Amino acid sequence: MILAFDIVLLVFLVIAAIISLSVKDLLSSAMIYGIYGFLICLLWAEMGAVDVAFTEASVGAGISTVLFIATIFNTRRRSSD
Amino acid sequence: MLSKVFATIAVVITGGILLYGVSDFPGFGDPHSPPNAGVPGSPSVSQYFITESYADTKVPNLVTSVLADYRGYDTLFETVVIFAAGMAIFAILRVVGDQSVEQPRRTSESSFTDGDHSRIIVGTTCRLVVPVIQLFALYVVAHGHHSPGGGFQGGVILGASFIIIALAEHLNAALRRFSERSYVVIASIGILIYAAFGVFAQLLGGNFLDYGFLEPILFTDGPEMARSHSMLGVEIGVAFTVTAIMFAIYANLSSRGLLRDGL
Repeated sequence: MILAFDIVLLVFLVIAAIISLSVKDLLSSAMIYGIYGFLICLLWAEMGAVDVAFTEASVGAGISTVLFIATIFNTRRRSSD
Repeated sequence: MLSKVFATIAVVITGGILLYGVSDFPGFGDPHSPPNAGVPGSPSVSQYFITESYADTKVPNLVTSVLADYRGYDTLFETVVIFAAGMAIFAILRVVGDQSVEQPRRTSESSFTDGDHSRIIVGTTCRLVVPVIQLFALYVVAHGHHSPGGGFQGGVILGASFIIIALAEHLNAALRRFSERSYVVIASIGILIYAAFGVFAQLLGGNFLDYGFLEPILFTDGPEMARSHSMLGVEIGVAFTVTAIMFAIYANLSSRGLLRDGL
């Protein structure tokens, strides 16, 4: 646990989460959600939970982003609200 | 607009309550917290895993030994959940029969007007990278005992390699390598492999998923090595299911269940 590194990661995590929710373009939202996944993966690796970090990197950041994008390309790209 | 205000208020209140609850948690890595030190009259289970799991199973990575052995039921049904998710997506999206209703956006595999050059670059890169990714995925599955990794992660990486083929070339190119029939069969075989380890342990006199009793049919010296080898077999079963379901979900989502002319 390095406190400064933790704080930087958590600040970026919150920023990525808020941007991912607020951005109108769904493709950008999916991309930023991937960034969020990688930041969480870094956080877990830093806390010593390497197995969980590995799962998050492959599932949360990798496959789920690809699945989101595959779905977005088959729907309309802009959210309507 | 008003609904957004109410939603924000609800989110802030819920978040505040959750943060208030966090203040009761023990500190990170606190050796005296009940999960780590146990409470009077009942010793801590994590203490047991940390001190005894290597002697029990001869597996250095205790995350793997907890996941695949001590909590084998949990992992078995996690795999079943993934299988069920894949089957649900299959049931909702897959279009069988009359396929002439939807107009495909790309009529054939070579209908790119300006993308041929970039397609050569991407296709060549994909051909070079995919074998490395698949080899790494097999390493992650097989080496889950000694390093981070295991069936879930390796299976996802192996499934991602087929998704890369579908993205770089064409969905049909990926489906030629991993057809619909084979991914449904492989997903089922994975769960059957896992359940077979449990059932064979029962037939040899133990409980379901009690791998130590598999010693006579695995020809190992001692029940510890039987547990270690059974964990590898179980991870392979998980990897089968996860690989097949990940590719199945992508193939169905990207082609709206038509399984042709994907992204």
